[in-house]
Amino acid sequence: MAQKVRVFLCKPGLDGHDRGVLIVGQALRDAGMEVIYSGLKQTPEHLVEAAIQEDVDVLGLSILSGAHMALIPRITDLLAEREAQDIIVLAGGVIPAADAEVLIRDHGVARVFGPGTDTRDIVTYINERLGI
Amino acid sequence: MSEARELYQKLLAGDRRAAAKLISMVEDGEEGAREALEALHKHSGRAHIVGLTGSPGSGKSTLACRLAQEYRTRGKSVGIVCVDPTSPFTGGALLGDRVRMQELSGDPEVFIRSMGSRGALGGLAVAINDVINILDAFGKDYIIVETVGAGQVEIEVVKYAHTCIVVTMPGAGDEIQAIKAGILEIGDVFVVNKADRDGAMHTLADLEMMVETKPGGVQAWKPPVVATVALEGEGVDLLAGEIARHYDFLKESGTLTKKIVGRMKAEVLAILSLQVSEAAGRALEDGGEASALVDRMVERELDPHGAAEELAKELDL
Repeated sequence: MAQKVRVFLCKPGLDGHDRGVLIVGQALRDAGMEVIYSGLKQTPEHLVEAAIQEDVDVLGLSILSGAHMALIPRITDLLAEREAQDIIVLAGGVIPAADAEVLIRDHGVARVFGPGTDTRDIVTYINERLGI
Repeated sequence: MSEARELYQKLLAGDRRAAAKLISMVEDGEEGAREALEALHKHSGRAHIVGLTGSPGSGKSTLACRLAQEYRTRGKSVGIVCVDPTSPFTGGALLGDRVRMQELSGDPEVFIRSMGSRGALGGLAVAINDVINILDAFGKDYIIVETVGAGQVEIEVVKYAHTCIVVTMPGAGDEIQAIKAGILEIGDVFVVNKADRDGAMHTLADLEMMVETKPGGVQAWKPPVVATVALEGEGVDLLAGEIARHYDFLKESGTLTKKIVGRMKAEVLAILSLQVSEAAGRALEDGGEASALVDRMVERELDPHGAAEELAKELDL
């Protein structure tokens, strides 16, 4: 049996918009991945614990609240604390380009997929990163 | 040190990431997991395994969450395995049970694992059993296995749990009729969830009636019917009480040993049937050592039973 790609899609912080993350979830599922969804309004601590228990390859963070510069570094710090930096961290939602640059350069985020992204690009990116 | 050895040693020391990694190895059917499972076997056998099944939308995930919370207030640790269907077309799955279990997600004493049914050649039963055993060796007091119960494999798994809970809800039309066939026999405790809805009394009465007429004699366990409103946590303490009462019954009546024996047999059979069907599948493939059998069947020289017999000989079964 081949290794199955497992992705944990999350909604950190106080943000009630999940249309985007659910569409990404469907696209990844249809690409043959196992997608676990966190539900709304999760704390970084809860998400990191869940990502570890579920042993995911990818953590997808959807944030449209503007709190990404507070939440995402907290999440990647916690992953580092748990020695789980091998989990690929992707972000999406409303994240200005300048912030995206900082998140990628200083906070362990692999890629930021903003509004208008073709879901196939996300699938391709994940598969390439995992060597599939 | 092999990867599996390192993982199970860390697991026995309480490392949650190691437990999670080992579960992935088992799910992916990696050979290396064998060594770990063998070593962990003698550390398992202490958990109370609770199967939870029922139709989609009956509130299984919410109920599993509330039950786990109830056990946590009693100072017990909990493992939860949620099995959701994998698409047979794409191989993908959307596993959403965690959405209903948010209150548990920060608690390190609760280990939740979402599984896609994947479903190649009976691999699911083997994988679920292995995951249960891993969480058992990991020291969880209760292991809740939640499945839709739509497939034979899922039914088998909850059937061999120590206590099997069947969840239904009011107003689901012919719900009870559907339950009658097959699931009634395996339920040790029945739950009417969403019991604040119209028709709950009717559903409760129907179920109680069916349980009353269940064969078994005076010594047998009479499955209780519990009304719950999982969202509000109502009736969950009663449910936990009935589950405990069932476990006591199993121990006092000697049925627990029978259940354990049944579970062990089922585990061996699941592993063996997986191995046999995989080996047979490979042999029958184009260019496989037994592909000539298929050609003879196509030519109507050999019937399927005859082919199976010859294949069994060829595989030295």
